[in-house]
Amino acid sequence: MSEQEYYIPNGTYWPIVGSIGISTLFVGFANLMHDVSWGGSVMALGFVIVVFMMFGWLGQVVNESVSGTYNNQVDRSFRWGMSWFIFSEVMFFAAFFGALFYARALSVPWLGGADNNIFTPELWSGFSATWNQVAFSTPGTVLQSGVEMSVPTTLVDTWGLPALNTALLLLSGVTLTFAHHALRAGHRDQIIGWMVATIALGLAFLGFQIAEYGHAYHDGLKLTSGIYGSTFYMLTGFHGFHVTVGAIMLTVILYRVQKGHFDDKNHFAFEGVAWYWHFVDVVWLGLFIFVYWL
Amino acid sequence: MSTVVETHDHGLHGPAKGLTRWLFTTNHKDIGTLYLWFSCLMLFIGGSMAMVIRAELFQPGLQIIQPEFFNQMTTNHGLIMVFGVIMPAFVGLANWMIPMQIGAPDMALPRLNNLSFWLLPMAFGILLSTLFMPEGGPNFGWTFYAPLSTTYAPSTVNFFIFSVHIMGISSILGSINIITTIFNMRAPGMTLMKMPLFVWSWLITAYLLIAVMPVLAGVVTMMLMDINFGTSFFNAGGGGDPVLFQHVFWFFGHPEVYIMILPAFGIASHIIETFSRKPIFGYTSMVYAMSSIAILSFVVWAHHMFTVGMPLAGELFFMYSTMLIAIPTGVKVFNWIATMYKGSISFETPMLFAIAFVALFTIGGFSGLMLAIVPADFQYHDTYFVVAHFHYVLVPGSLFGIIAGVYYWLPKWTGNMYDETLGQLHFWLTFVSVNLTFFPMHFVGLAGMPRRYPDYALQFADFNMIISVGSFLFGISQLLLVFIVIKSIRAGKKAKPEVWEGSGELGLEWTLESPAPYHTFTVQPEVK
Repeated sequence: MSEQEYYIPNGTYWPIVGSIGISTLFVGFANLMHDVSWGGSVMALGFVIVVFMMFGWLGQVVNESVSGTYNNQVDRSFRWGMSWFIFSEVMFFAAFFGALFYARALSVPWLGGADNNIFTPELWSGFSATWNQVAFSTPGTVLQSGVEMSVPTTLVDTWGLPALNTALLLLSGVTLTFAHHALRAGHRDQIIGWMVATIALGLAFLGFQIAEYGHAYHDGLKLTSGIYGSTFYMLTGFHGFHVTVGAIMLTVILYRVQKGHFDDKNHFAFEGVAWYWHFVDVVWLGLFIFVYWL
Repeated sequence: MSTVVETHDHGLHGPAKGLTRWLFTTNHKDIGTLYLWFSCLMLFIGGSMAMVIRAELFQPGLQIIQPEFFNQMTTNHGLIMVFGVIMPAFVGLANWMIPMQIGAPDMALPRLNNLSFWLLPMAFGILLSTLFMPEGGPNFGWTFYAPLSTTYAPSTVNFFIFSVHIMGISSILGSINIITTIFNMRAPGMTLMKMPLFVWSWLITAYLLIAVMPVLAGVVTMMLMDINFGTSFFNAGGGGDPVLFQHVFWFFGHPEVYIMILPAFGIASHIIETFSRKPIFGYTSMVYAMSSIAILSFVVWAHHMFTVGMPLAGELFFMYSTMLIAIPTGVKVFNWIATMYKGSISFETPMLFAIAFVALFTIGGFSGLMLAIVPADFQYHDTYFVVAHFHYVLVPGSLFGIIAGVYYWLPKWTGNMYDETLGQLHFWLTFVSVNLTFFPMHFVGLAGMPRRYPDYALQFADFNMIISVGSFLFGISQLLLVFIVIKSIRAGKKAKPEVWEGSGELGLEWTLESPAPYHTFTVQPEVK
């Protein structure tokens, strides 16, 4: 179609399916939290509907793209859309990083008596306001959910698995860039090789992350280990979730490369997923520095 | 124009029939209409809650409802008005007008647009359903401060949290769509500095939304984890801090209040230039003013928490940064007045609402400036003075902006003029009752009446009775708006393409016939 003419998609039922799926998922989750017997099943049903919607909706978009329905303007819309979506993800992580910085720089020192808070030693003897030590110095504290705080016996070793994982993720960013160059040069075999390497590195990262969670949990570092455990698990957990989603998306792209969906000019889906993967990479660098290292 | 659409496979000839038109639609006008009617429905639900509050506060003492239910009413009134009325109404106007103002056929991502809307009824269905649960709905105020919303919350708080998540997804997707549309769908020749001010206001608003809605999602996620999974974000016993909640919430919350006013700035600018028959004074400075307001909105959040116990340096920083916002806001008010100066003004209903917007929003702005002064805020904090302040910027501010926009563009949407006599009646009823409702709140607030209580000391009785009478009048007057809109949809004097005298030169939307065709521009128009 010509450049001056606009592309307008036809009506579709996928969005309403998605809206029903997301709502079902959340209603099920809330009921699960209320110990309602059917909560878990409804949540699972919602999840299935959302996955079904993803296949249906994105499948339709892929078909339209492959059949040449879209013009350059649509391609640009997708690019703008993906960029701003990633920006929204950045801000989501910013909220949790903000909580981490606030706790480390302000609230924990205040609890420890900084800024002339003379009452702390009286009310809470033995409390240590050193960031890593918070969870150690509050034994026997009962949290608001009625659970006793879990006191870890050791801390996570920065230069063990976390450092290895940093190397793996950074390397996966490099292999993905090689895949992109191969795509632009039109070498399909090379693309597939580099894509497989990227996915393998991502999966290795996830495996090590699970192993590390196992160690930490075994040593008593849990969600219930005070603010240290809260920020540790929420930040790394959401990051791990994003790596998982990214790996799934990369796998879909690998499948589409094999099907020959992309050429040297027309491959927004590849680039969108690559941006997402690099974003996940950068978040990890922040995590490594502020959660594991400093 | 429709012939162009019919020549390729993907365009629709016109709206589909029946319910599927609304469920499956990807048309920006249909979705805009859905947003606006949803917002209207929510206005009356949230408004009824305000009526319950005012009925209880008509006299001192407890007459009608119990304090527990009163708390649910204030909380849900706030949540519904913010997330269910003002924001969807602006998104509805954006959907209708942005493609028409920039010369596009539709939004850039029309299917996403459908998802953005249809998440909203689900979110509010979940929220409102909590009111019928045994423990009752959210009762911790629309700002849901921890630990009131965590440790001491009714267990239905989980439904509230997920409802906020769904609203957040809806807003983020909607904003991505709006930004993409503005950046990618403008007609050739429409450079950024030629864009209509409503489009500019929404570009900035959408940016703010994408920046802060994820932070809101983050804060409710932390709540969810604290309540159900034993984390300690807002629990000092585990090294966290309830004040952290307030910081994260207001980092979202302050940009949020500009999200609720910036599109009204855009609407007021268009209306004032149309009815003053002069182009807007200081277009460039209007754009820069809105941008500065948006940027400053990220560094003023803690002025909502002056009494929480912050270091002095923090109080001073947030006091001065807040006062800075008065400068770009002052530029805008100056420009609106300068546009009217020596203009050939006529006072149709949209213009009346726009002028009232400028005057009354300024009152709300000045009381905001008073609240920004730390030592003064220590006195005003959590009194009815604050209630007066934010209702002045939200009701005669945002809501008047929306109503003005509806009157202004209604003939373009329906093809029929609205009933001007009834419109004038609606304006004067609304204008009198809104001031009757909210102005005395300044007095009782300065005299020390605290907000969010179902009862009050005897000396506040007279003013509260006046406030309640005003609010009932205000509530009933809005039924007139619905009547006028429906009347204009069904019949009325046919509107010309250029609905308002001379408006043809002010924007692309006035070059289209009235009502506007189902697909606005199927071929790119040229902008000189």
